[in-house]
Amino acid sequence: MAKKHALSTRLWHWVNAGAIIVLFMTGLNISNAHRHLYWGDYGFDPKDAWLSVIKFPGWATIPQHYNLAMARDWHITAAWPFGIGVVFIWAAMLINGHFRRDLMTAPKDWTPGAVIASIKAHSGPGGHTHGYNSVQKILYGGVFGVLLPLMLFTGLAISPGFQAAAPWLLDLFGGRQSARSLHFLAAWAIFAFFVIHIVLAVSDWRLILEMFTGGTREAEAAPAPPLPEPDPATEEGAPAHG
Amino acid sequence: MVDLPRRSLLAGMAALGASACSKINESETTQALFKAAEDGHRAVHRALAGKQGLAPEYTRAERSPTFRGNGSVTVEGAAYQDQLARGFPDWRLEVRGLVDQPLSLSLADIRALPQRTQITRHDCVEGWSAIGEWTGPQLAALLDAAKVRKEANFIVFRCADTYRDKPYYESIDMVDAYHPQTIIAHSLNGEPLPEKNGAPLRMRIERQLGYKQAKYVEAIEAVTSFDQIGQGGGGFWEDYAGYQWYAGV
Repeated sequence: MAKKHALSTRLWHWVNAGAIIVLFMTGLNISNAHRHLYWGDYGFDPKDAWLSVIKFPGWATIPQHYNLAMARDWHITAAWPFGIGVVFIWAAMLINGHFRRDLMTAPKDWTPGAVIASIKAHSGPGGHTHGYNSVQKILYGGVFGVLLPLMLFTGLAISPGFQAAAPWLLDLFGGRQSARSLHFLAAWAIFAFFVIHIVLAVSDWRLILEMFTGGTREAEAAPAPPLPEPDPATEEGAPAHG
Repeated sequence: MVDLPRRSLLAGMAALGASACSKINESETTQALFKAAEDGHRAVHRALAGKQGLAPEYTRAERSPTFRGNGSVTVEGAAYQDQLARGFPDWRLEVRGLVDQPLSLSLADIRALPQRTQITRHDCVEGWSAIGEWTGPQLAALLDAAKVRKEANFIVFRCADTYRDKPYYESIDMVDAYHPQTIIAHSLNGEPLPEKNGAPLRMRIERQLGYKQAKYVEAIEAVTSFDQIGQGGGGFWEDYAGYQWYAGV
């Protein structure tokens, strides 16, 4: 029977969830080291910053006190499962048809009507189980196609050792400080998605369970076998077949 | 809202997280994992860029208007201040350790060597960047002149400054030591190096973060390992703050 979520999707989902939580919370600790964001190649003076952010509190960071060295250890280690995971899930989605079937949008998905229909379908009872609607396709597509790769490539671009391998990457993002700013913005965009994702998921615990078990795809699920007629001999409700 | 329970839950999670994290962080497995990730980054960088792959260089117009001084911005003591005031007439740079021909060079000797000028970006581990034009001889030229022995695996930089009352030192491996952009800079933007930027001599190791770019360099030492130097971490920040020895990420 076809699973609603392929094994590759489930495996990646939980590994990626763990990596993203570590990356985000260590990222907040790293942000505390210099809380100012710049555009271009250089930037060190807060008066040149396009944005200065708050000092993120200890409960939101890993570790829970300011420790740039430890935060960087966790951050650059978690970057491996995250980075390899992004490449893995894209390969898996293209091979198993998940991308083409569930995420690839058609022009009709981008119309206001499709958006309204998506919201209506989602707010009705049982609306969660009818595959991916237009809004979901656009949002998931944005995460897979834009945010996750952007996170990976801006992360590589701000690494001085990697720049010797791909200086064009730095030019693509408009300089080292621009890449750092984009890394920060993409992290918060992923956080926003994460919050919406969790809120919608906890509204129906079956969705979370299915991300472990895979669930079954409704349209392709075999019809339930007809219930056997009650046997007068087992009237008390004992199982008919031992 | 259930504000109080939520708060205590958060506080509880935070406390749990803090103790769990420090336990996990200090375990040998975790430290081995961090080391594997760091080595992995270095191996991938060098496989992709090659040992001699260059860090980006910039034009004069792209330099930052000033170059921030950070960490040690001065060297305590009358001797250094006197040297600084007089243009470092007595400053010596020693090349020693596992070399067949130890050297002791004056600033004039260093300026007389073949020079390299490069406009490069300095990335501090904290996140900020500055761009400056550096001039000085390549470290490779000094290592060749001193005839570094085959058993040398690392080059250690000994500095005149102390930071938080500890002597500053840093180290790199032979790949970065022989990298074309690894120079001993005596000039920044065409002027003698300012005090805050490491006068009279500082390292530029352009594929690594700022804390590797040792300032106020007095000696260059070829060694097989840095186990017996400082706390054995290979540098001031590695020893006293746990920073990564490979500072290319």
